Amino acid sequence: MTKAISVSGLHKSFGRAHALDGLDLEVETGEVHGFLGPNGAGKSTTIRVLLGLLRADSGAAQVLGRDPWTDAVEAHRRIAYVPGDVTLWRNLSGGEVIDLYGRLRGGLDPVRRADLIDRFELDPTKKGRTYSKGNRQKVALVAALASDVDLLILDEPTSGLDPLMEEVFQACVREERDRGRTILLSSHILSEVEELCDRVSIIRKGRTVETGSLADLRHLTRTSVTAELAHTPNGLARLPGVHDLDVRGKHVTLHVDTDKLDAVLRSLADSGVRSLRSTPPTLEELFLRHYQEARA
Amino acid sequence: MTTLAGTGPLLRFALRRDRVLIPIWVAVNTLMVLSMPNTLESLYGTPADRADLLRQMETNVSLRALIGPVFDDSLGALTAWRVGVYAGALAAVTSLLIVVRHTRDEEESGRQELLASGMVGRRASLTAALLAAGVANAVLALLVTAGLAGQGAAGAVAFGLGLAGVGMVFATAAAVLAQLTESARLARGLTAAVLGAAFVLRAAGDSSTDAGSSALTWLSPLGWLENLRAFADERWWVLPLFAAAAVAQGGLAYGLAGRRDVGMSFLPTRPGPPTGRLGTASALAWRLQRGAVLGWSVGFFLAGVVYGGLTEGAADLVADNDKAREIFERMGGRSDLTDAFLASMIGMLGLIAALYIVSSVLRLHGEETSGRAEPVLANAVGRLRWAAGHLLTAFGGATLIMLLAGLGFAAGYGKEILPIMGACLVQLPAIWLVGGLAVLLYGTAPRLAPAAWGVAGAILLIGWIGPALDAPQAVLDLSPFGHLPKLPGGGMEWAPVLVLSAAAAALVAAGLAALRRRDLTT
Repeated sequence: MTKAISVSGLHKSFGRAHALDGLDLEVETGEVHGFLGPNGAGKSTTIRVLLGLLRADSGAAQVLGRDPWTDAVEAHRRIAYVPGDVTLWRNLSGGEVIDLYGRLRGGLDPVRRADLIDRFELDPTKKGRTYSKGNRQKVALVAALASDVDLLILDEPTSGLDPLMEEVFQACVREERDRGRTILLSSHILSEVEELCDRVSIIRKGRTVETGSLADLRHLTRTSVTAELAHTPNGLARLPGVHDLDVRGKHVTLHVDTDKLDAVLRSLADSGVRSLRSTPPTLEELFLRHYQEARA
Repeated sequence: MTTLAGTGPLLRFALRRDRVLIPIWVAVNTLMVLSMPNTLESLYGTPADRADLLRQMETNVSLRALIGPVFDDSLGALTAWRVGVYAGALAAVTSLLIVVRHTRDEEESGRQELLASGMVGRRASLTAALLAAGVANAVLALLVTAGLAGQGAAGAVAFGLGLAGVGMVFATAAAVLAQLTESARLARGLTAAVLGAAFVLRAAGDSSTDAGSSALTWLSPLGWLENLRAFADERWWVLPLFAAAAVAQGGLAYGLAGRRDVGMSFLPTRPGPPTGRLGTASALAWRLQRGAVLGWSVGFFLAGVVYGGLTEGAADLVADNDKAREIFERMGGRSDLTDAFLASMIGMLGLIAALYIVSSVLRLHGEETSGRAEPVLANAVGRLRWAAGHLLTAFGGATLIMLLAGLGFAAGYGKEILPIMGACLVQLPAIWLVGGLAVLLYGTAPRLAPAAWGVAGAILLIGWIGPALDAPQAVLDLSPFGHLPKLPGGGMEWAPVLVLSAAAAALVAAGLAALRRRDLTT
């Protein structure tokens, strides 16, 4: 399987600020790849390098097998992009913009266009200046999703959408994946990424700190356990991999490294389990762990 | 009055945001007025010269339409005559810009919503905008009155108040139109159209009679300023007209503002087509710029017709005045006086066309900084292809408007079509050179791109004021226009035309090469 996006050791600085500091990113063809990081981590800078809008200082980047800087126009025929902050021309209607973008790429599927406008409840006759933020985003989304392309690059595409539209968006992304398209989804809405993405890359300060499938990442982290026991437990604190242990009489909460879960459950069972809740780590916990460690 | 709560802070905020805009506009206007007595003194130094001028104005219908009637031969009265309409129009433009900027612009951008949610009354922002315009007009009135007091205190007061009066009439007109439209650009455009209508009414009124004022003149606020007759036995009873109009329009604006929601308007934007035919970057560039090209085309053609029609009369007027003739000869070449007048007017339009080309080239900059260029360039559109659409409109548009100016001149003057067309086209290399400079600035240092306005402004100043001040050749040579052959009348010189064209092409090429290599700003 070829890689849709392949980036290694990317550096980019603006004056003295290092926006990208050796960033790596691999996106397989046909997957939905989550691109996570707090504001200012370098997500948008990376995307702009991938689109040939910025020139990297050093490092290698390939998009659909092409160099994004020297071969931008050919690569862009197969790419649709939704920026995080969509600005439209005051006097062009949404429909005009959708068709323009479609023609400037590989073309537009009119049936899909009509279907998307319907599902996103977009009024394509309004002029650019009269759309709200969410509606401007819908214009860009419809244009991208209806285009005949291989790779969708979406930079925080849902920041202005309401929950209903967020659902429509998620359904559309799944359809795109089923058609075999590759999607790079930059976001800091973690539930959205958890819902949609096959693999994620987490970046911080211009560097990739974690990459892999959600299952892989979870394995590396802690599960939280809450239990009600028959007797006061004994020896839990001595078990390896146990963190944040809190014992109040027969009530126990703790975090445990996921690969050490087995021993903890056995120990709990010895004390007689009345009730047990065990939750896998959410992406949010994953995410927070990386950033809190960084801050500490 | 809770509807006015917050007006004070809003006014201070508005004045702070306008701390550059207001002083510049007011200073330019004041300088234009206050430089006039000296200029007139040098042109019409003796009572005989002035008597001549008055006599000619009685018969010269086209000049009366352009400037208005003269009421007295004192320097003060001549100053009020010569600059009155234009200073009034400038005060009107300043006022309308201020008012729309602090009302509809704020609503359109959504900033008003944030303000309105604070401790701000429903009518506070309108009041603050009108007060800001009031401050600008009051300062203008004070400066003009003080500066002209030497020509007669009563006249100076009347003229200063008259200018401020025109300003406030258009400030309140802009306030009304800003309630009606949804876009600030449209509000500005409509108010400017009202100003244009006021100018045309006054021109029609003044040309129709040599008695000073017809009924048509009285329909125009600019006509009121003229009929105030500053320095010529002032008619003080005209002043309340300004006040009455401003109060009536202001009341209407407040009434409308109280009856609508924030961000809404009485003339909602019409919907556009649900599908589009635009399919290339060039088509998009043309679509974005076609309105401006159309406006400049109409303006240049009409200017050509007007100045072409004035040529013979103006040449007559100048013929008897050695000083004025010298200035025209410096601008237009030492030849037949009508040719010199034509050449200097065509040269002026050439200078103004340089402003067009800068504004058109800088559309690239506007598209880039607003973030609209980014998604276009993320499509299968190369940067050169994207820029080419706008540059074609800029350089081709400059050619088009100069051709139309030539047609207008030929139509107004009625003869010498080919020499006039040639004279218009010979301006193009200098205009293109200014455009080339703008492309180079944009391509290499996008942050400095607006400096192209400064370059165009300096060139305009050299071309406009240089000859009148008898500036040294070294200064005149700084402007590309200074190297052009003075046509019609003078001999054609190919060398400067070819050199300037080649230089313009080289600048464009260098700018585009830099644009290809640099990061897009975001």
